[in-house]
Amino acid sequence: MEWITDLFTDYTLRTVALGSALLGITAGSLGGFALLRRQSLLGDAISHAALPGIAIAFLLTGSKAPLVLIIGAAVAGWSGAALITTVTTRTRIKYDSALGVMLSVFFGFGLVLLTFIQRQPNSNQAGLDSFLFGQAAALVERDVLVIFAIGAAVLLLMTLFWKEFKILSFDSDFLGTLGFPVRRLDHLLTTLFVIAIVIGLQTVGVVLMSAMIIAPGAAARQWTDRLGRMIVLSGFIGAVAGVGGAVASSMIPSLPTGPTIVLIVSCIVFFSLLFAPNRGLVFRRIREWKAGKMLRVDAVLVDLYTLASQHSSAEHPHSERVLDVMSTISGPARRTLVLLKDLELARQIDSTHWSLTPSGVSRAESVIERQFGVAS
Amino acid sequence: MDYAIDIRDMTVAYREKPVLWDVDLQVPPGVLLAIVGPNGAGKTTLIKASLGLVKAAAGSVLIHGRPYAEQRSTVAYVPQRGSVDWDFPTNVLDVVTMGLYGQLGWFKRPGKAERVAALKSLAQVGMEEFAARQISQLSGGQQQRVFLARALVQDARVYFMDEPFQGVDATTERAIVDLLQGLRKQGKTVAVVHHDLQTVPEYFDHVMLLNVRRIASGPVEEEFTEENLRTTYGGRVAFVSALSAAKK
Ligand SMILES: Nc1ncnc2c1ncn2[C@@H]1O[C@H](COP(=O)(O)OP(=O)(O)OP(=O)(O)O)[C@@H](O)[C@H]1O
Ligand SMILES: [Mg+2]
Repeated sequence: MEWITDLFTDYTLRTVALGSALLGITAGSLGGFALLRRQSLLGDAISHAALPGIAIAFLLTGSKAPLVLIIGAAVAGWSGAALITTVTTRTRIKYDSALGVMLSVFFGFGLVLLTFIQRQPNSNQAGLDSFLFGQAAALVERDVLVIFAIGAAVLLLMTLFWKEFKILSFDSDFLGTLGFPVRRLDHLLTTLFVIAIVIGLQTVGVVLMSAMIIAPGAAARQWTDRLGRMIVLSGFIGAVAGVGGAVASSMIPSLPTGPTIVLIVSCIVFFSLLFAPNRGLVFRRIREWKAGKMLRVDAVLVDLYTLASQHSSAEHPHSERVLDVMSTISGPARRTLVLLKDLELARQIDSTHWSLTPSGVSRAESVIERQFGVAS
Repeated sequence: MDYAIDIRDMTVAYREKPVLWDVDLQVPPGVLLAIVGPNGAGKTTLIKASLGLVKAAAGSVLIHGRPYAEQRSTVAYVPQRGSVDWDFPTNVLDVVTMGLYGQLGWFKRPGKAERVAALKSLAQVGMEEFAARQISQLSGGQQQRVFLARALVQDARVYFMDEPFQGVDATTERAIVDLLQGLRKQGKTVAVVHHDLQTVPEYFDHVMLLNVRRIASGPVEEEFTEENLRTTYGGRVAFVSALSAAKK
């Protein structure tokens, strides 16, 4: 638990944690919107496309200042996104193909430039290759300040245009008929998305930044049906994964940041897919199983009622054997009958004979009414 | 004379293929208009191009005598139900409130007044008890009514609706028709893409027959003829004469 106190006292650790929390919140929130707009994979393409931008910005300026590299990355990432849109609207090439091609072309070009830079005699280039898998330990206060300023601006704009972005994501045609400039809003949201991606590249790396974009939103969607809550939760998950990964990797020198963050966020996604109420697989199974059980209960109840209706009393007892034969839904009626007894809908007369209780009779009548529209 | 809807020379091509060719449509105010034509005739495209959602190669749209761009706030649109993702994380009331975002303008968030208005139009379509329901838990007909409520809350003068009867049961269809006729009684103009030819004479007073070109448009008694239908639907004569039998 020493690392918790370190978090507040150790300067490097605090810087790293703060920086990654900020980028996690920004990437998570904007990634949530991207998920709803089915643009998660675009995020992957943008982060890969940013690599040549970083290299070119360095070649042109000779500087490794965070702002310079971020601007280079943003310009390249944005161009990649714009090219994908242009190619899909102007040619017959499909969106996913355009995405794949653009991603590999930009990324390949970026790798070539990076190799070229590394061959240069000048030693200033050291560290640029950390953009591949991210290097949290390299974050200094200056970087965190830049991330903070840009991230805060992105989140502020997102909040400001909240209702516009909401319809843009749900029904952009309708937004157009309300008189809002759909294309410009679309560009704005995409730009915020690009910025949210590029401020994370130094820490997480271009290769795995897409996980920071896709995963928090996917996990958050499992837990809530409200847009606001989903985006906040998505940002929170992004922050948790960012801090977790960055802190772990800055304490263990050989641990690369990007992969560690991805590992953490993947665990959160996995947990959410399984255990979220409503949408989670486990709870869905339990619900289905319960529904199935109630269906069998009702079926046997109705069978008992039907048998009894041939006698004067609705509570007339009948043999289990007959119910086994009648039962259309499940096999042996025994287990369901025991359940009926627990629910006090039926009682056991002797080892094989059962009859309805008064509450069993009324439930059977309401089931029949529901199924056939009449009470018999 | 001022038409409620006055579309001239509307021409749209996706890539090279023309989808709408020089289409004119004039609709007087207070009319319930059915837009009919086979699949791919360009009905959806006509609406979308008129509302500026699809780029037109040529064409102009006047609403009550003034260009559509100036009249946007008086026009409401009900898109085809399948055009959105119903798994979006939001509820019914929220979707209906979206109809008021235009009046709210930039940055302002909907408040109590907007919620009250949205609830009122939900009540008009008989969906008030669904206000808090997550939209992924609606049936097709309920989704359709939510979209209708969203258009109603806009309190427009002219409505464009794309297949509002798609996938709704007979009771709901009846309720929607009553609603549309109520709108007409208030002097509003409603243009509806409609697929069921049998019910055109019963529900609507004007009809437009469309198949890339405008085949005919005008009062149902004058234009909803076997000959026009034959031209619109091509060789499907058996089907068309079955229809005219049903009309008698
Ligand atoms: N985005 C698009 N890109 C290319 N072609 C399109 C596009 N949208 C529609 N089309 C084509 O335009 C034609 C008209 O389509 P539209 O959707 O307007 O028809 P519709 O009359 O509404 O048909 P339906 O009854 O099936 O709804 C069709 O041939 C269709 O293939
Ligand atoms: Mg259509």
